[in-house]
Amino acid sequence: MTQISDDLLLSIFEKMALLKQNDEKMRASISSGRLVMPYYSYRGQEVIPATISALLRDDDTICTIYRGTHDALAKGCPVDRLWAELGGRATGTCKGKGGPMHITHPETGVMVTTGIVGSSMPIANGLAWAAKLEGSDAVTVAYFGDGASNIGAFHESLNLASLWKLPVLFVCSNNLYSEHTRFAAGTAIDSVAKSAAAYSMPGVRVDGNDVLAMHAAAAEAIDRARAGEGPTLIEAMTFRFHGHVFGDDDAYMGEGEKAERMAADPYPRFRAWLIDEGHASEDRLAAIEAEQAERIEAAIRFALDSEFPPASEVLTDVYEQEMAR
Amino acid sequence: MSQVTFVQSINQALHDAMEDDARVLVLGEDVGDAEGGGVVGITKGLSQAFGCERVKSTPISEQAIMGAAIGAALKGFRPVAEIMLMNFTTVASDMIVNHAAKLRFMSGGQTSVPLVVRTMTGAGVSNGGQHSDYLEAWYAHTAGLKVVLPSTPADAYGLMRACIDDPDPCIFVETLPALFNKGEAPVRGSRVPLGKAAVLREGRDVSVIGYGRIIQSVAQLADRLAGEGVSMEVIDLRTVSPFDKEAVLASVRKTGAAVVVHEAVREFGVGSEISSLIHEEAFAALRAPVRRIGAKFAPVPFSKPLETASLPSLDEVEAAVRELAAVTA
Repeated sequence: MTQISDDLLLSIFEKMALLKQNDEKMRASISSGRLVMPYYSYRGQEVIPATISALLRDDDTICTIYRGTHDALAKGCPVDRLWAELGGRATGTCKGKGGPMHITHPETGVMVTTGIVGSSMPIANGLAWAAKLEGSDAVTVAYFGDGASNIGAFHESLNLASLWKLPVLFVCSNNLYSEHTRFAAGTAIDSVAKSAAAYSMPGVRVDGNDVLAMHAAAAEAIDRARAGEGPTLIEAMTFRFHGHVFGDDDAYMGEGEKAERMAADPYPRFRAWLIDEGHASEDRLAAIEAEQAERIEAAIRFALDSEFPPASEVLTDVYEQEMAR
Repeated sequence: MSQVTFVQSINQALHDAMEDDARVLVLGEDVGDAEGGGVVGITKGLSQAFGCERVKSTPISEQAIMGAAIGAALKGFRPVAEIMLMNFTTVASDMIVNHAAKLRFMSGGQTSVPLVVRTMTGAGVSNGGQHSDYLEAWYAHTAGLKVVLPSTPADAYGLMRACIDDPDPCIFVETLPALFNKGEAPVRGSRVPLGKAAVLREGRDVSVIGYGRIIQSVAQLADRLAGEGVSMEVIDLRTVSPFDKEAVLASVRKTGAAVVVHEAVREFGVGSEISSLIHEEAFAALRAPVRRIGAKFAPVPFSKPLETASLPSLDEVEAAVRELAAVTA
């Protein structure tokens, strides 16, 4: 097992603390009517982008999906601009034009968030191709779910990335459900990672709720990509605590399955491990959590204090220059 | 003036653009010289001149082709992605419609997708129902895209250069059955501005507005009818979206009658949009309702007589023009 520095462990914990509390605030804000939007909670899946992003540079890029707010935040997308976007405000990352399914913040490498299952991967290839053409060793992460492994674009993208030796990490968060359908009921192969073999690239299935396992897999894949050795498919096993979309009654889940998974919540597990293994004190972790809570509160205030965009914005950004109609 | 084919002029445009700007890339099935430089040779010599990193042959993976082009464009490259036939763009339509067209808007202007999709189509060579469709109306109906459909080799050169320069995604439609037709050679480095029509013939009785191969035939018809005292004005839109409204309206206000024509099916077509615009903006100038001519509302058939029957004919245009010319206010 590779040694991970305390600094890196704490940086992962800080991201996880931000992500967990952010999700809680978003769900509460929808329940109270403060936010009106479709929301695909990522609670339970925080380890994956928190760990990967802690290993990425600012010039590395990501393409993510509708259940991807955690991916954007972990990569560094500013919390206040994100909340303003969710609030539909002019100060949002996308001036309120994108919303929760299209968070974009190129300065921190958040290049595309797509609402279409499977569509993060083909575009990630292009970003990686661009880095290669520029002679940079920047990498691109394509985040997607297990359901996307049954879309044609997944197979086309893996083939092209392997053929062109593109610096891409294909990161499948396998949360065991494609919308409401159990993984095994919709997928003939028993592991998404096995598909990598069909495209001559390494494929690895890891416990996506375990920071150390996730770190080992991500570090190896990033090193390979930076060294010009091509893409890796990582299947990170995880679970979403709040169903497919906010308001989901989870009636399709097995009896007790959700309770069992939530009892194994990776957040308190990692937190306790950090203390037990002497990587951080309770006070230090509590302070990090309080800082993240304050960041989120400030972000909510920023969003609520911001103006909605004027109606004239409907016709701007369609093209670089507004078309006469 | 020397004469060149569409194949030569588009090849020249790609060559000149790649020479002028290192950000210009070409990708698609068979585009490299090892694969023949494209199925009809439009990309011939490019990989030899600019290397296999900038001119990349791809697997038959339309979504992956478009995704790669979009990602590279997001990082500031200027990819020209070939989707061999327009019917195959349907396989990549998620990438084109949901992503290339919308990323600028959905990101609030933070990102842009300056790419060109090159694609061939057109009935008349017995390619049947899945290799012949003109789908420009679909893309013209999608905010965020621009669509061009040149009718001469020189325009093809100038429009390709303009599309590559453009900061937004452009669909560049090539007429397959006309690719080896000759026309005046383009001026190297010239541009045909997007959204600007060409007046192919000036006239005073009836305006015929269209684009692509058929509008060139309409120009020949105008020459013939001029001898019989019917004066046609012929407008080649060249750019389907955004189309040149000023040119259309100015012409109709002068002639008082209009026929719109294209090779795509008539129903829900580009011609319907143009016709509506004329009725909304120049109704008072019209002596008669606008006539729309297009392909029959059916898949393109294989058998020669059927294929011919499905296409709009010059006879239909002539009949419409004669009828409208005879209507007095």
